[in-house]
Amino acid sequence: MRIWTLHLFTLAVLAVLLATLPPYHATNLARILVLAVFAIGYNLAFGYTGLLSLGHALFFAAGVYGAALPITYLGLPQLPALVAGLLAGGLVAGVTGLLALRTAGVSFMIVTLMFAQAGYLTLLYFGPVTGGDEGLVLPDAAALLPGLSADVARATIAYALFSAALLSSLALVQSRLGRTLVAIRENEDRSRMLGYNTFAVKLTALVLSGLFSGAAGAAYALLFGYAGASFATIQYSILPMLWVLMGGAGTVLGPLVGTAAMFYLVDIAGSYTTATLLFVGVALVLLILFAPKGILGTIRERWLTWLP
Amino acid sequence: MASVILSARGLTRHFGGLRAVDGVDFDLQTGDIHALIGPNGAGKTTFVGLLSGRIPAQSGTIALAGEDITRLPAHARVKKGIAYTFQITSVYPRLSVFDNVALAVQQTATRDLASDVAAALSRVNLADRATQTAGTLSYGHQRLLELGMGLALRPRVLILDEPTQGLASGEIANFKQLVRSLAPETTVLLIEHNMDVVMDLATRITVLAAGRHLATGTPSEIRANPAVQDAYLGGHDASA
Amino acid sequence: MESAVTAATLALTAVGLSLVFGVMRVVNVAHGEFFMLGAVSAWFITTWVGGPAWASFLVALAVAPLFVAALAALADRIVLKRLDYEPEATIVATIGLMYIFQQAALSFYGPQAMPVEPPFNFRIQLPWFGYSAYKLSVILFATLVLIGVWLFLTRTKAGLVMRATQVDRETAQAFGIDVDRVYAGVFALGAGLAAIAAVLIVPIQQAHYLMGHDPLLLAFITVIVGGLGSLRGTIIAAVFIGLSDGLIAFFWSPTLAKILATLLVAMVLVFRPQGLFGAKQA
Ligand SMILES: Nc1ncnc2c1ncn2[C@@H]1O[C@H](COP(=O)(O)OP(=O)(O)OP(=O)(O)O)[C@@H](O)[C@H]1O
Ligand SMILES: [Mg+2]
Repeated sequence: MRIWTLHLFTLAVLAVLLATLPPYHATNLARILVLAVFAIGYNLAFGYTGLLSLGHALFFAAGVYGAALPITYLGLPQLPALVAGLLAGGLVAGVTGLLALRTAGVSFMIVTLMFAQAGYLTLLYFGPVTGGDEGLVLPDAAALLPGLSADVARATIAYALFSAALLSSLALVQSRLGRTLVAIRENEDRSRMLGYNTFAVKLTALVLSGLFSGAAGAAYALLFGYAGASFATIQYSILPMLWVLMGGAGTVLGPLVGTAAMFYLVDIAGSYTTATLLFVGVALVLLILFAPKGILGTIRERWLTWLP
Repeated sequence: MASVILSARGLTRHFGGLRAVDGVDFDLQTGDIHALIGPNGAGKTTFVGLLSGRIPAQSGTIALAGEDITRLPAHARVKKGIAYTFQITSVYPRLSVFDNVALAVQQTATRDLASDVAAALSRVNLADRATQTAGTLSYGHQRLLELGMGLALRPRVLILDEPTQGLASGEIANFKQLVRSLAPETTVLLIEHNMDVVMDLATRITVLAAGRHLATGTPSEIRANPAVQDAYLGGHDASA
Repeated sequence: MESAVTAATLALTAVGLSLVFGVMRVVNVAHGEFFMLGAVSAWFITTWVGGPAWASFLVALAVAPLFVAALAALADRIVLKRLDYEPEATIVATIGLMYIFQQAALSFYGPQAMPVEPPFNFRIQLPWFGYSAYKLSVILFATLVLIGVWLFLTRTKAGLVMRATQVDRETAQAFGIDVDRVYAGVFALGAGLAAIAAVLIVPIQQAHYLMGHDPLLLAFITVIVGGLGSLRGTIIAAVFIGLSDGLIAFFWSPTLAKILATLLVAMVLVFRPQGLFGAKQA
C-alpha cells in the first residue's frame, strides 16, 4: 500500500511542478521526464535483470527514427508515430537480444556496443534519408495535441508517458515476471535449475527495455522537434547507465532521481565550462568507486528496506 | 517389478582426456530412494549433471518415463519433473527466504502463491524465517532452503547432491525423516558420502568409480560386494 | 604504404589493449584516450622543446609514452585497483576515465587539430615509386618495439611474472608475486604502447582531442578478431586489418566498411568467441 502511495504522490508532485513552473523550467522538467522513461527502460535490463548493455542508444534511436521517418516520408500523424517508435525500439531490442544474449558479461557489453555503433554508422550511411548528423526537423510539439500551445502539449505528453512508464514498471517489478528477472540477475544457474528458460526471460527483459527506450526516443523527437543520428552515438548508451547508477540500479524511482540529479549537475556545470562531459566522467568514476548502489539504493539499504 | 522413471544408456562425458563419466547404464525405479555413491572424483556430480541437463552429454541417451530427453535443455527437464539441488549450496542469497521459495512455487500451477510458499517452507521447518534474507541463514538452514525449493517444484524425480554435507547430526535426523516422507510420490536420487544416511534411507544403491558403473543393488548386496569394497579400500574415500 | 603504416600503429595500439585484457581481464575503454594523450603530449613537447624537428620529435617519442604510462599507472592505483578489477565495474570506470581524459584535453589543448612536424622529410626514390622515408621508419620502429615487447614477455623475469599472473592470479600471489605492481605495470605498458603509436602517427595525422575514438574501435576489432588475450592473434589480425583497410576502402565507402567491421566483431564474439585465428577451446 505505502509503495503505491509513494509513487502516486511522486506523480502528483510532478503534476503540480509542471503546472506551476515557468515555461523554461517546465520544459526542462518535461525533458527530464522523457529521458527518465529511457532510464526506466535501461533499469529494467541493467538494474533488475543484470544485463549491462552498452547499446541502448540503438533502441533510443530506433524510437527516434521509428517516429520521425514515417512522419517525414509517409505523413503519419504524431500520436501513431509515437506508437511506431515504441514498437521500433522493442523490435530492434529483440533482434539485438537474439544475437547478443548468446554472450554474457563483458562480451555482452562489447557486442551491444558494436551493434549500436553499427546502427549509428548505418544512420550516417543513409544520410540522405535520415539527415545523418544534421538530422531532420520535425513539426512543432503543438501538432501533438491540437488546440494546446507547444509548451502545454509537451508537458502533457511527457507527463502522461512518464506516468505510464513509472506505474507499469512498478507493476512489472512486483509481478512474478519481475521476481524472475531479479532471480536471473542474482543467480542464473539456480534459475535455470528451477525450470526458467533464462534466455527467453532475458530476451523478454531486453524487449521490454527496448519498448520503454523506443517510446522515450520517439517522444523526445516529437516533443523537441528533431531527429538526428547523434542519438545513436555511444553517449546515449552511457547516459542512461549513468542516470540509473546515480539514482539506484534496481529501484523503481531511481531512474527519475538519477536523471534529474545528473541533468541539473550538468546544467550548473555548463555555466562554468564547455567541457560538461567531464562531469559525466567524474560522476561515473565516483559512483562506481564510492556509491555503486546509487542514491535510492543506498537509502533502501540504510532506511527504507521496503522500497521496490 | 516397479516401472523405470529415469534411465540412462551409455552416458558419457569426458573433460579433455579425463573420463569423468564413461559409458554408464543406469535405471531409476519409480518410488525408490536411490543412493549414488563412490569415491571423490568418481564422477557422481557430473553424472547427475548429465541427467539434469546442466552438462550436455557427449554420447549416450537419457529417458524420462520412456521419453527421450537427451537433447532437452536443463530448464525443460525441470519442467518435466526433474528437480536438482547443487552440491555447493545455491540459493539466492540477497533475496528473502519467501522469494527464494516463491521462485520455485510460481513455476507450478499455483492459485495462492503466498499460502503455497508458506506450506513449502513449513515442510522444511523454515516457516518462521520467511522474511529473512537467505544469505543470513545458517549453512544448515540454507541447505534446507534449497531442499525446500526443490520440493516446491513438486518434482517426479528429486536429485540431491550431498544434501547432508555440513549438517549437524540433529539436522541429519530431520533430513532423513523428510526424505522418507517423500516416497513414493517423489523418486529420490541421492548422492551421499555419509554411509549411515545411505544405509538408512536407500532402497537401492549404485556405485560409480572412475567414471564407470561398478555395481547396483540393495544395501546388503552392495555391502557384500567385493568389487565395491576394493574400490573404497583402494580409492581415497575421505568422508565415508 | 599507407596501409602498412596503419597496420604498424594498429598493431602497437591493439597489443597494448590485448595485454591489458589478457593479464588483467580489464576491457579498457579509455585506451583510445591514452592514444590521444600520446599525440597531444607529443604536440606540447615538440612545441616546448623547439630546436630542430628531429631533436624535438625524439624527445617527444621518449617522453610522451612515459608520461602516458605514468598516468595509466596512477589511474590503475586510484581507480581500478579499488574496484578489485571486477570486470563490469572496471568498464564503467574506464568509460568515466575516457570522458575525463577527453574533456581534460579539450580544456588544456583546445578543440583544434594541430600538426607535429616530421623529424625528417625526404623521399626514398626507387625505380618505380617514391617512398616517404618517415613512413618507412614508422613501420620499422613499430616492428622493433613489437619485437622488444615480445622479447620482454618471453625472455625477461618481469615478462615471466606477467605471464604467470595472467595464467592464475591467486597462485601468482601465493608465490609471492606482487600482483598489484604487475597490474599497474601492465596497465602502464599497454597505455605506453598506444602512446608510442600515437607519437609515430602525429606527423602524418594531426593531434585532436577526439582522435582516440577510431583507434579504440579499430583496436577493439583487432583484439577480438585476433582472439581475446592472444598476442600472436592480435598482431596477425592487426596486419590483416591494416592492410585490408586500404583494399576495402577501394571497393566500399569508409562508412560501409566500418559498419561491416563492427558487425563482424559482434558476430565473432557471438559465434566464435575464441577469435578468428584463435584455437577452439575444449
Ligand atoms: N567442468 C569440469 N572441467 C574439467 N574437469 C571436471 C569438470 N567437472 C568435473 N571434472 C572432473 O571430473 C571428475 C569427476 O568429478 P565429479 O565432480 O563428477 O566427481 P564427484 O564424484 O562428484 O566427486 P565428489 O565426491 O568430490 O563430489 C573429477 O576428476 C573432476 O575434477
Ligand atoms: Mg560431487
